Amino acid sequence: MGAFAYVAPSSVAEALAVLDEHASQGKRAQVLAGGTDVLVQMRTVDTQPRMLVDIKGVAETNQLDIGATETFIGAAIPSAQLNENAELKALFPGVIESADLIGSTQIQGRASIGGNLCNSSPAGDTIPALIASRGVCIIATSGGNREVPVEDFVTGVGKNVLENNEFLLGLKFPNPSPGTADAYLRFIPRTEMDIAVVGVGVSVTIDENGNCTAARVAIGAVAPTVLLVTQAGEALTGTQLDDAALQAAGEACTAASSPISDKRGTVEYRRRVVAVLCRRATAIARDRAKAR
Amino acid sequence: MSKVQISSSINGESVEFLCEPQQSLMDILRDELSRTGTKEGCATGDCGACSVLIDGRLVCSCLVLGVEAEGKEITTIEGIAGEDGLHPIQQQFLEHAALQCGICTPGFIVAAKALLDRNPDPDEETIRYWLAGNLCRCTGYDKIIRAVQGAAQELAQQA
Repeated sequence: MGAFAYVAPSSVAEALAVLDEHASQGKRAQVLAGGTDVLVQMRTVDTQPRMLVDIKGVAETNQLDIGATETFIGAAIPSAQLNENAELKALFPGVIESADLIGSTQIQGRASIGGNLCNSSPAGDTIPALIASRGVCIIATSGGNREVPVEDFVTGVGKNVLENNEFLLGLKFPNPSPGTADAYLRFIPRTEMDIAVVGVGVSVTIDENGNCTAARVAIGAVAPTVLLVTQAGEALTGTQLDDAALQAAGEACTAASSPISDKRGTVEYRRRVVAVLCRRATAIARDRAKAR
Repeated sequence: MSKVQISSSINGESVEFLCEPQQSLMDILRDELSRTGTKEGCATGDCGACSVLIDGRLVCSCLVLGVEAEGKEITTIEGIAGEDGLHPIQQQFLEHAALQCGICTPGFIVAAKALLDRNPDPDEETIRYWLAGNLCRCTGYDKIIRAVQGAAQELAQQA
């Protein structure tokens, strides 16, 4: 029986050293950011002692850089802080609305998109939006940073590509071109404070004639992991994003889904709702892109 | 189990305490520092009874580790009233009878303070969404919403 321990490294190198030491000795370490998932899990489903490695003191995890061509969002920045940044919200409204849907005001004060991604739930609200907006994970490793597209990060329910001696530093996104915009919609049976029955993130790019030149659609809570539905993106590309195109993209989402029945919804229900949300989120993204 | 020494500021007062790594800030406030105004409801971040401000940001103290308080400024319900008496939010909760059993009340007042500090004139929908993470099983919420609206008006008149 060990005991819980806590360390708050102040640099990437220090954090990696602690993680590496624990990994090489077979001792357990867990990365902590906002703790809104980790602390609950630590007290309920898995109470085994471990070293808690608080990465919030690592400057990069709190860094928010809106550059000329790319945006970097540190893994540990609380959602509330992202939501207060008007420039970020204007660039990536879909990503920010997905983060804003997670939990209460109190949870928003701590929860981060990095944590939501690392928790790797099939219903994680930010994940479809991060995928739609072409997010790339920046992972700190002893050999330097490695990059993994968000759609390749989560490998199963609660599982992802992170090794024991690595941690997520942040996410980077290409800044949207003038004709590009994103949107995220989730369905829950109430208005607030619930887990997604279905979530859909969409990013579309349109030219000056209103033709869709690129589209990405990602669906959540309808498969073991959030999925990038390339067939839905293809159904939208080359169209005017009219009703027929939206219908086809929705059908592609239904076809790609493999949901389970649980207390939040049945298989049949989720397969229908994912198509509806795909159509609606695409229409929102389209209208935002036209307004840019 | 080795305890960690933590220095922080609670309601403007420098405080030092010893803390086990897995102890929540809520447990430290209540059990080690005798600040029992902060209530334990669910201890899983769902009910908001343990709401405090850390560096001005509203959080559930059950979902913060005591060790994370190092160097932070924490405001609890005990720090809301001024030297001259109750804060307008507290006074309005009394005048609107916005409480029955009272367990949720400190969390609501801390959360309402965080809202009015940011947005002195919130509409009803904003108040309801902001307070969605504070659960009350007695009042049905309407009186709480009216108390917060009353406090916003009172604070606007004072300004």
